[in-house]
Amino acid sequence: MSTTDTNTAASARSHRAGFTTAIGLVIEREIMVRLKSKAFMVSTILSIVILGVLVGVSGALPSLFSSTDEVAVTSAGAKAVDGIEGIETVSVDDADEAKALVTSEKVDAAVVESKDSPTGVAVLSLRSAPESLIGALSLTPEVELLDPDAPDPTLTYLIGLGLGLVFFMAAMTFGNTIASSVVEEKQSRIVEILLASTSARVLMFGKVIACTILAFAQIGLTAVAVLTGAAISGNDLVLGSVAEPIAWFVPLFIIGFVMVAALYAAAASLVSRTEDLPSTSMPIMMLIFLPYMGVIIFSSNETVMAVLSYIPFSAAVAVPMRVFLGTIAWWEPLVSLLILIVTTLLALLLATRIFERSILQSGPKLSWGQALRRQRG
Amino acid sequence: MITLENINRSFGSKQVLHDLSFDIGDGRMTGFVGSNGSGKTTTMRILLGVLAADSGHITVDGAPITPSHRSAIGYMPEERGLYPKMPIIDQLIYLARFHGLTRQAAKKRGLELLDQLDLKGEPTDTLESVSLGNQQKVQIAAALIHNPQALVLDEPFSGLDPAAVERTLDVLTSFAASGAPVLFSSHQLDLVERLVDDIVIINDGHLVAAGTTEELRRQRSLPEWTLQTDSDLGWVRGMPDVSVVELDGSWARFTAPSSDTAEAVLRHALTVSSVTSFGPHEVALNRLFQEVTQA
Repeated sequence: MSTTDTNTAASARSHRAGFTTAIGLVIEREIMVRLKSKAFMVSTILSIVILGVLVGVSGALPSLFSSTDEVAVTSAGAKAVDGIEGIETVSVDDADEAKALVTSEKVDAAVVESKDSPTGVAVLSLRSAPESLIGALSLTPEVELLDPDAPDPTLTYLIGLGLGLVFFMAAMTFGNTIASSVVEEKQSRIVEILLASTSARVLMFGKVIACTILAFAQIGLTAVAVLTGAAISGNDLVLGSVAEPIAWFVPLFIIGFVMVAALYAAAASLVSRTEDLPSTSMPIMMLIFLPYMGVIIFSSNETVMAVLSYIPFSAAVAVPMRVFLGTIAWWEPLVSLLILIVTTLLALLLATRIFERSILQSGPKLSWGQALRRQRG
Repeated sequence: MITLENINRSFGSKQVLHDLSFDIGDGRMTGFVGSNGSGKTTTMRILLGVLAADSGHITVDGAPITPSHRSAIGYMPEERGLYPKMPIIDQLIYLARFHGLTRQAAKKRGLELLDQLDLKGEPTDTLESVSLGNQQKVQIAAALIHNPQALVLDEPFSGLDPAAVERTLDVLTSFAASGAPVLFSSHQLDLVERLVDDIVIINDGHLVAAGTTEELRRQRSLPEWTLQTDSDLGWVRGMPDVSVVELDGSWARFTAPSSDTAEAVLRHALTVSSVTSFGPHEVALNRLFQEVTQA
């Protein structure tokens, strides 16, 4: 090769950038492209604001949904409903007048004298009587709470749903982001120029790291918005009881996300056109979707949840839920984390292998098996 | 000088390169010719390290090629590609930084190149917003952005209009004139013939010919001459050691093993008629190529 430097900037003689420098370049480009994308920024900001506001107003939710019922009462009925909250009484002379008001929908219900009823009154209503009224007029057996601090199953379900949704949405959104970024380079064929300048491994790792940073930044900002909203509305439920589950969610999420992102990159390297992408990324989508559904459906089944907390794809959601329920031994999250780390390393190896073998391949899509059997580029 | 020695490569059970060896000389434009699927692109990818060879060596000035040698090659792949939605200058900077250029140096160099290549459009436009011809220019700029010390270009002229071909040629010849080796493949044989110093012809992954165009002509066929007189030339067929390729009344094209034999024909012609023209006939590369690949 000639030693004569042909062109102007002799000082700018080229040398190949090192591994970390090159990865840094890929990360920088991937992040800058997303930050400059209006669609990405708008959807991020919108989702953060909406979630923050939702939590902020959630303290006021109960009063928004309750309404006052108008109830017609005879003199006997008036005594029975005395002291019940959330109703407004309209005095009537007798049961017939009350019935007429209910039929004409002037009132929601009526409480009249009844000799047959053990409570001494009967509730008249057109289709369904107000729950609060029935509850207040019913005879309630004595209730003794044995464990008043036990986790509320509704709340457990909501936490599962929430964390699951965060993981699922992040994995889907950023999985597809990384996939389309890989296909863009394949489809536009710039990948060949890039491979002449750096290695396939650099390209894949750079993309995976960039997407993880973006996903985590987006979720971190969302979390800040939610906590701020909670602080404003005085919703201590969000702040207090879920702190420990969230502390486990964060590392499990980051590592699990790296695994998913690497697999998405590999899936995308198998195809040459965006249209073919769903067929190779389908298996990964199922790997994310099925455990997610499992966590939601079986949130109250301890055995299933215990199993799910060891499966890498559901650990990020199942472990925090079990921590919240208090049904997990102290060492279990650590074992789960370890399994996840090992699986992620294996996934990275597999993904690198597939990526290196198929990234230059153009034309019809490859199957996962075909790519693994291929000779390296 | 870049030397390829006994390069072999198979895809699955299909061997696409067989013991391929040739040189790319310093300061010389080397044309790389072969029909579709003959292995040109695979050879270039191996040269760049994008693909690995199954066996064989590549040396640069006698020493085995290193990643930093490869990084100093400007490469233009057959299938063009840059980021469609990224500003032109940004992608040049991005590519240059993989070769260790600073952002500032890359930007300066990129703007210079776009100016030299006469890009119609702003450097800050996205690639997809300029015309295809201008996208080609950006592609050439991408191959030159890191001040390469050698060039490997796969079909650099395809898709260019004549003016852009000339402009690109200027850039390439001045690059080679500075002493750097340049290898390019092309289907446009007339262009190759006009441009190259050396030519490498491959067919089905086998080297069929390599050398200067002159050498090739001499190697592959007997030299040809043409003769134009004012009377019928049927008698040329009877001359010893001469074989007529084409005869049209008073015009003939014939082969002769040496110029002495050819001159004997001329002397005879002068005795029977007056000669309008006589001279060696240059075999067009097109025919040479067909001859060589079908042999």
